[in-house]
Amino acid sequence: MAGTTMTEAPTRRSQRREGRGRARNTAYGIVGVVGELLITLGILLFAFLVWQLWWTDVEGNRAQAEIVRELPFEPVPTQAPDEAGAAAGPVVAEPPVMAEPEHATTFATIQVPRWVGEPERPVSQGTDRATVLDVLGVGHYEGTAMPGGLGNFSLAGHRTTYAKPFNRVAELQVGDPIVLRTTDNVWYVYRVTSTEIVLPSEIGVIAPVPGRPGEQPTERLITLTTCHPMFSARERFIVHGVLDYWAPTADGIPAELLGGA
Amino acid sequence: MYGWLWHRLPGPVVVRALILTLAAFAVLAACFLWLFPAVAPFMPFNETTVGE
Repeated sequence: MAGTTMTEAPTRRSQRREGRGRARNTAYGIVGVVGELLITLGILLFAFLVWQLWWTDVEGNRAQAEIVRELPFEPVPTQAPDEAGAAAGPVVAEPPVMAEPEHATTFATIQVPRWVGEPERPVSQGTDRATVLDVLGVGHYEGTAMPGGLGNFSLAGHRTTYAKPFNRVAELQVGDPIVLRTTDNVWYVYRVTSTEIVLPSEIGVIAPVPGRPGEQPTERLITLTTCHPMFSARERFIVHGVLDYWAPTADGIPAELLGGA
Repeated sequence: MYGWLWHRLPGPVVVRALILTLAAFAVLAACFLWLFPAVAPFMPFNETTVGE
C-alpha cells in the first residue's frame, strides 16, 4: 500500500502526513534524550551517595592514619600485657596542661578501648568542617580546656562519613576509658560518666561546667559531641567523662590500652 | 544521545564498548575527585555546625 502512494504525485494530504511523521520523530527524539539525561542524573546521584557514604571514609581513614604516623611522639616503652607493674600508672601530681595550639594543628590522639578495631585517631584544634572535621578527624572546640585541664576538654567528630571517628559513640558505657595522648608525650585517661542526646542549640554541654555556663570549673572533664541520629544532624549525641589519671608516655602504655585490661 | 555516540564511535563493537567503559570510568573518577567534594558542602544534610 505504501508503495503505491509513493509512486503517485505527492498530494497535499500526503505531504501533511509526512510532516506530521517528522514532527513525531523529533518529539520521540527529544523524549529519548531527556530520558537518557534523567537516567544519567540518577546514576550520578547514586555515585554521589557512594562517594559520600563510603569513599570519604576510605580517604579519611588513610589520611588520618598518615597524620598519626607523622606525629612527633617519643617512642613508648612496650611491655608484655601480663607485666602489670610496668604499665603506665597514675601520677599523683597536678596534670600538665599544654597551651592551645594554632587552628588545625594536630596535638593529640584519641583511643577508646571499647571500640575494638578502631584506629588511633588524631585530635586537632578547631571544629569547622573544611579545615578540621572533614580532613583531620576529631576536632577540639576552641576555647575549651586542653587535656588534663580544669574545665571541659570538648571534642567534635563525625558520626558518619569522613572516616566517622565517633561512629560507635552509642556503644560507650559508664566507666569506659577514653585515652588521650598528647604531643607533649603525656597520657590522659578519662572515664565516661554519662551520655545524653540534646538539640544542636544546647551548647551548654561543652561549658566548663556542663549545663551551667559561666560557673567556675572544679573538675577535669571531657565531652565528646557528634551527630544523632546517624545520617542526620537533627540532634547531638553527647558523652561526658572525668579525668581518671595521667602519666608520662615514657612510663609505658596505660593498662587500659593493653588488651583485656 | 547515547545511540548517536555509539554510531559515531569507530571500530568494531568490542572497541566501542571498551571506549565507552573507559569514558564512563573517567567521568566517575572526575566526579569523585572534583565534582562531589565541591558540591558536598552545599548539601542540606551536611549542615552540622552551629554558631556559638
